[in-house]
Amino acid sequence: MTETSNAHLSPETFVAEFKKHGVSHVVWLPDSETNFLYVLMKAEPSLTLVAVSREGLAFSTAAGLYAGGKTPVILIQNTGMMESGDSMRGWGMGLKIPVVMMVGYRGYTRHGVNTDTAATYTERFLNAFGINYYLVESDADADRISVAFEEAKRTQRPVAVLVGDEYHGFTTKP
Amino acid sequence: MIDTAELLKIFNRHRGDAIVVPGRGGRHWVNISGKPDLDVPLGDPAMGGHASFALGLAMALPHRKIVLFDSEGDIMMGMGVLATIAEQKPANFYHFMLDNECYATTGGQPVPNAKAVKYDALAKGAGYPDAYAFDNLETFETNVERILSKPGPVFVALKVNPEVNNTPIGQRKKWLKRSALQSIEALRREIGIAT
Repeated sequence: MTETSNAHLSPETFVAEFKKHGVSHVVWLPDSETNFLYVLMKAEPSLTLVAVSREGLAFSTAAGLYAGGKTPVILIQNTGMMESGDSMRGWGMGLKIPVVMMVGYRGYTRHGVNTDTAATYTERFLNAFGINYYLVESDADADRISVAFEEAKRTQRPVAVLVGDEYHGFTTKP
Repeated sequence: MIDTAELLKIFNRHRGDAIVVPGRGGRHWVNISGKPDLDVPLGDPAMGGHASFALGLAMALPHRKIVLFDSEGDIMMGMGVLATIAEQKPANFYHFMLDNECYATTGGQPVPNAKAVKYDALAKGAGYPDAYAFDNLETFETNVERILSKPGPVFVALKVNPEVNNTPIGQRKKWLKRSALQSIEALRREIGIAT
């Protein structure tokens, strides 16, 4: 990753991708450093926010929304995703819900040695379930979000976007 | 205690064109319902998720009445869903909960504090505007039409007889007449959503 003016991840990028792919509902549980995104989503009239109390409930909520003709996205942290394994299996994969899950990649680091087991097991967990994923570290990676939406629709499966800027948080555009 | 099949037969008289997620009542409902394309019997995709699935349906289809037959074991696994439903305030959502005080499909072991939990109070405390509790068929029959005519979300706790099953899962008779996926596809066709 080169250090360029795009070397930050802005919440505007996420909201723009949500709108581009017709997202109607964001089913979410707050994770660290996403408040900028929350404020933007709340102000966006095309998005309805559905706050859940445990990440597993995000998958069944998204399944119901999809069954009713809507386009949900799931926004959770990797810790909660790992807690949600059975719901992801049964409500997401079992019912063939083409949902993109934006996963805060707590502990991810490009430099040095990871010391957070939440990061250690994130990709192993997704691999165990056979769920494809795309790492997004900056606005320059925004096209990967589009790839995830298109893949979910084409394969009728959940696809993950790992938000690898977790420790820095979303930043506003300069 | 209420017989679940009899309860569902009474509800069926008042169903109208509601979309029904029969949840733990599914094994009876599939033989009672006359509108299978408006039913979403899912079996058990993952325990604890029926209420949030039905919430999603209700939010996606605000002009259709959504009726769920949840269970106390499911609610116990994700009680926070009550707050989410209350916050979203789906006026078209009718949340019935079958409380047999046990995990009937695993042999009848009691759920935590089985006889003492007041689920209607939990729903009210979470923010449901209306919540009821019935432990006999006659009272349910007297009230069900009025409940279904109120704006949702409404919560109704129902004490039902346990139907304990000790047969190993692999040897049980399948009650779903079509798969969960087929039910969702049939519903989407019925209400005009492209599949």
